[in-house]
Amino acid sequence: MDKEIGREIILEHFQHPLNKEEIHDDRYIKINSRNPNCIDNLDIAILIEDSTIKDIKFMGEACAISTSSTSIMIKNLIGKSVKEAINYINNFYHMVNEEEYDEKVLNEALCFQDIYKQNNRKSCALLPYRGILKVLEEYESK
Amino acid sequence: MHREDFPMLNQDIIYLDNGATSLKPKSVIAKQVDYYENYSANAHRGDYDISYKVDLEYENTRDLVRDFIGAKRKEEIVFTSGTTDSLNLIVNGFFANLLEAGDEILITKMEHASNVMPWFRIAGETGAVIKYIPLDDNYFVTLENVKASITPKTKVISLAEITNVVGDIRPIKEITKYAHEKDIFVVVDGAQSVPHKKINVTDSDIDFLAFSAHKMLGPTGVGVMYAKYELMQNIEPVNLGGGMNESFDSPEKMVLKEVPTRLEAGTPNIAGVIGLGEAIKYLNKIGMENIEKYEKNLRNYFIEKLVSIPHIDILNLESDSGIVAFNVDGIFAEDVAYYLNKYNICVRAGNHCAKLTKDILGVTNSIRVSLYFYNTESEIDNLIELLKDKDKIMKEMI
Ligand SMILES: Cc1ncc(COP(=O)(O)O)c(C=O)c1O
Repeated sequence: MDKEIGREIILEHFQHPLNKEEIHDDRYIKINSRNPNCIDNLDIAILIEDSTIKDIKFMGEACAISTSSTSIMIKNLIGKSVKEAINYINNFYHMVNEEEYDEKVLNEALCFQDIYKQNNRKSCALLPYRGILKVLEEYESK
Repeated sequence: MHREDFPMLNQDIIYLDNGATSLKPKSVIAKQVDYYENYSANAHRGDYDISYKVDLEYENTRDLVRDFIGAKRKEEIVFTSGTTDSLNLIVNGFFANLLEAGDEILITKMEHASNVMPWFRIAGETGAVIKYIPLDDNYFVTLENVKASITPKTKVISLAEITNVVGDIRPIKEITKYAHEKDIFVVVDGAQSVPHKKINVTDSDIDFLAFSAHKMLGPTGVGVMYAKYELMQNIEPVNLGGGMNESFDSPEKMVLKEVPTRLEAGTPNIAGVIGLGEAIKYLNKIGMENIEKYEKNLRNYFIEKLVSIPHIDILNLESDSGIVAFNVDGIFAEDVAYYLNKYNICVRAGNHCAKLTKDILGVTNSIRVSLYFYNTESEIDNLIELLKDKDKIMKEMI
């Protein structure tokens, strides 16, 4: 992805994050993602029904990278089956860790293509993914 | 001032994170290398010349510390691994034996984790209660608020002399005077004050003081615990072992050495302690009053420029120390730090280990600039130039 376009996507999602709202609904599974090295602190709530991700919302305080990464992740995950979602997340991990990945799966999240060059920001981009992957894998194994 | 003495400043960096740790002058580094290269023996066990030299140097630092903080006797100085270690020793070695259920411990919500968590735990163990002194509109501690917070149950007041977020200088001497009228102990966290201003424990009459070498040009892993001699006698060692015992025959028969050695079990950080001595010599040479004055001027210079930037919100406008905390409107503190890092400017972003502050400041995170005497107006100019342009920050922070 073109660097300038990538930067604009990140900024747009940071300034106007999607799905940032509080959820009080017991059907949602709640996840807290914290970054031990910094101050990011996100609460994510996910609704899974019939092996499909119906909705995700998030709240919290986080830097531009974490916030936009969360917003983009949620946008990409809503509507996916749990299996597709796990595949998407694994591809994102691979991209950030400089391993082989499928560009087509990631679409907008490709704006983090170069994040591996900034070691101290990798964990920001990955922040929302960690907790959610665990929840999805647990759902799959049930 | 004295920038040529600091090898780190040969790099192209602007170091504004002195609240976290200070840079080290050549003489302090050389002093430690000298120990490792020329008389690298253990302390307190010297039966030969070089070991004797270790004892001399090690104890010489104790004298230097005593003099530096205005203590009466060298036995009032214990070497620890840092402020955190010192505060834990004060809490667990002294107050653990003193506090009873219902007793009150007075702190503030601006304290560093190291002056909060040991108290939290001891409160849990003894049934003592943590109370917070209310802060004024500038987040300062006033004598009036201390007075109003004291009850017949108050046993101890534990305060940073200068806090690491707001950087206000607390009226420690006045607080101590009042506290002592009520038989209340005063513990001072000197981590941010001892490196930056003249302190005199005898004059201020405080009971305990904790500080770290690494924030005052010295090595990491070394700190000091000061306690009044009479109180020092009643501190139970937290660590038992080599160096601090006279004899041990059975669990019933353990004879310990006198203070301060009794409280320094195990091989200490010898190079570090000796390095601290050299740091104190260096600071004395410049003069603490000069350092204080210089930093105050530099702070004023910085603040004057910073207030004129509309998108900057300064959290501690009224403070006197070299600590300036602020936020850029609409931008996360850490993103600003990343942006400045691109220009080799080192500032801290975050909650600065003072997580209770969010209740008070209403913000969890901020950018902190903390100055020392080797910082300059031209460094401040550089920083201001980068902060002025919000679009540039937005553009370059990712
Ligand atoms: C006010 C205050 N207290 C305690 C500490 C802890 O010092 P150390 O990490 O050297 O033990 C610090 C250091 O950040 C501090 O600023």
